[in-house]
Amino acid sequence: MIRFLLGRLVGLLLTLWISSFVVFAALYLAPGDPISFLTGGREVSPLTLAELRHQYQLDQPFLVRYADWLGGVLHGHLGQSIVAHQDVSTLIGARAQTSALLVGYAAVLIILGGIAAGTIAALFKGPLDSGITLGTTVGLALPSFVTAIALISVFAVDVRWFPVFGDGSGLLDRLWHLTLPAIALAVSSSALIARITRGALREELGREHVETARSRGIPRRKILRRHVLRNGMIPVTTVAGITVAGLVAGSVVVERAFNLNGLGSFLVQSVAANDFPAVQAVVLLMVAVFVILSTVVDLLYPLIDPRMARGGTQ
Amino acid sequence: MTELLTVEDLRVALPVQGQMRTVIHQASFAIGPGEALGLIGESGSGKSMTARAVGRLLPAGAQVSGQIMFDGEPVLELAGAALRRYRTTDVAMIFQDPRAHINPVRTIGDFLTEGLRSTLGMRRRDADRKAVSLLAEVGVEDGERRLRQYPHQLSGGLLQRVMIASALVANPRLLLADEPTTALDVTTQSEVMGILDRLRRDHGVAMLFITHDLELATAVCDRISVLYAGTVVESQDAESLHAAPRHPYTAALLASRPSLTVRARRLPVIGGRPLAAFEAPEGCAFTERCRWASPVCEEGRPAPETHDHGQVNCHRTTELGILGSEAVVTEPVIAEPDKSSVQSRGQQP
Repeated sequence: MIRFLLGRLVGLLLTLWISSFVVFAALYLAPGDPISFLTGGREVSPLTLAELRHQYQLDQPFLVRYADWLGGVLHGHLGQSIVAHQDVSTLIGARAQTSALLVGYAAVLIILGGIAAGTIAALFKGPLDSGITLGTTVGLALPSFVTAIALISVFAVDVRWFPVFGDGSGLLDRLWHLTLPAIALAVSSSALIARITRGALREELGREHVETARSRGIPRRKILRRHVLRNGMIPVTTVAGITVAGLVAGSVVVERAFNLNGLGSFLVQSVAANDFPAVQAVVLLMVAVFVILSTVVDLLYPLIDPRMARGGTQ
Repeated sequence: MTELLTVEDLRVALPVQGQMRTVIHQASFAIGPGEALGLIGESGSGKSMTARAVGRLLPAGAQVSGQIMFDGEPVLELAGAALRRYRTTDVAMIFQDPRAHINPVRTIGDFLTEGLRSTLGMRRRDADRKAVSLLAEVGVEDGERRLRQYPHQLSGGLLQRVMIASALVANPRLLLADEPTTALDVTTQSEVMGILDRLRRDHGVAMLFITHDLELATAVCDRISVLYAGTVVESQDAESLHAAPRHPYTAALLASRPSLTVRARRLPVIGGRPLAAFEAPEGCAFTERCRWASPVCEEGRPAPETHDHGQVNCHRTTELGILGSEAVVTEPVIAEPDKSSVQSRGQQP
């Protein structure tokens, strides 16, 4: 078990290290020069230009810059924003909170809503099942920006139950502000989870071991909970883990639509401004969250499916 | 003798692609308390469905008619709590493939004690103790440790013993054993079969034993019923069925077994192919493969004729009497072994 955990940890660190290199290299190769943004198109003397390049260490060779940057990141220094002249960590801090709250809120909606809808569809054949299947088809096809606009026009503009935009202050007020964005972010993913849940439960309902449980006189409610739902959660967990991890990047669109001051909007601004340190930091953070979440799901696996213990080997 | 289980004119149809297909035509048999009845027949003859009908485990949409009485209770009319109690304490099914029929994500302990705890309301500690003692009876030592293990940590033979223990744990009066050794390799087969046979006798439990292995059925059963195309064609005491078959199908089956002592270049087979219940003709279903078929055989289904050792459903049984097994087998016309004919491995428990 300890070896299994260590192996996972080493794999996690290795993935993070490789992705840090890819993130850094991608921006190095990307067209555009942060200095030209700084100078704003004015004529600048070559001397000033050289000084600026030196100040942001743009005159160093690639590997040296990468090593410097990585060293800084490991010490918690994400670099200086070229545009805002501030530490990137300070800029990210408050925004990351908003994003985390949004993603967490959406994740709860996705998992609870998706599993509930999928379970109902799996157990009640007939109109209920058809209705949910139709709903999930529509939900899957809806891009989050369309959902966002529809939600704004109905619940924020027409009936005015929720604010149109903004982050709010204090936990409850923030949750209230984040409700529509979280729903917009959750709709298509929860439709996916509902479909996976329905399929997994239908399959488990037809399994031989469920027949055995029935033949032993176990009450239906117990069969559903202990044999059908329990076993069906194995594929659902995999998909839910990946989906929720993917929300971190997917929140960009919704944050823009609701004008939320989160990481996503910050990333878009920074990209537009060629603010390399800021973009690198945000992308690295998103990758890290994704990798860590998937590792957590991997670690949960043996608990859900004992056959997976010790990496699936006997 | 009052019978524990009587099945009369059981008829089962299942929906297949929107159409109802008959899988059991006319099955009648009885099992006394503590008695073992072997139900033999080819694949598709309706053996498993018969057992499932008795255990009330037929798939949704099945149409069942006829009568199944268990200890004077009409099984087909049971519902709700009464049905659960019937399934928990009256009958217990032993399935063919323990790997598929035991939940892979729950422990052996959960599997063994679930019925005791949820339907009979037994406390965990008592249920565990009972499970461990039964595991010891089926030859699984260190039961305490096994209770905490998962199915994938046990071999197939061991898992089938767990299945047998789980069937006996609630002290049922009838076991439904659906080819309990078919999924195991040959060496563990005889071991597991021996355990099942011994435990059944020790606990005085009756058994409906489903197999396509005539030798095995003769060894462990008191009586044998032969199923062909969803119809019970002959029922006899195991010994006399073996020695003095009266139905041509039984006689042909007996003749097509491989012999342990005589080297045969080619095994005798029954010509033609086995019929499924839904394609059986109006008359006797075996007519077109029967050496003694005559026009009378096509006139309606033969009624059961009772004799000293049992019953036989054959139009010509009074003329034919006891059949010598050698005479009935047609010479094989094809070179490949006929996959659909009943094959016996000739192994003893």
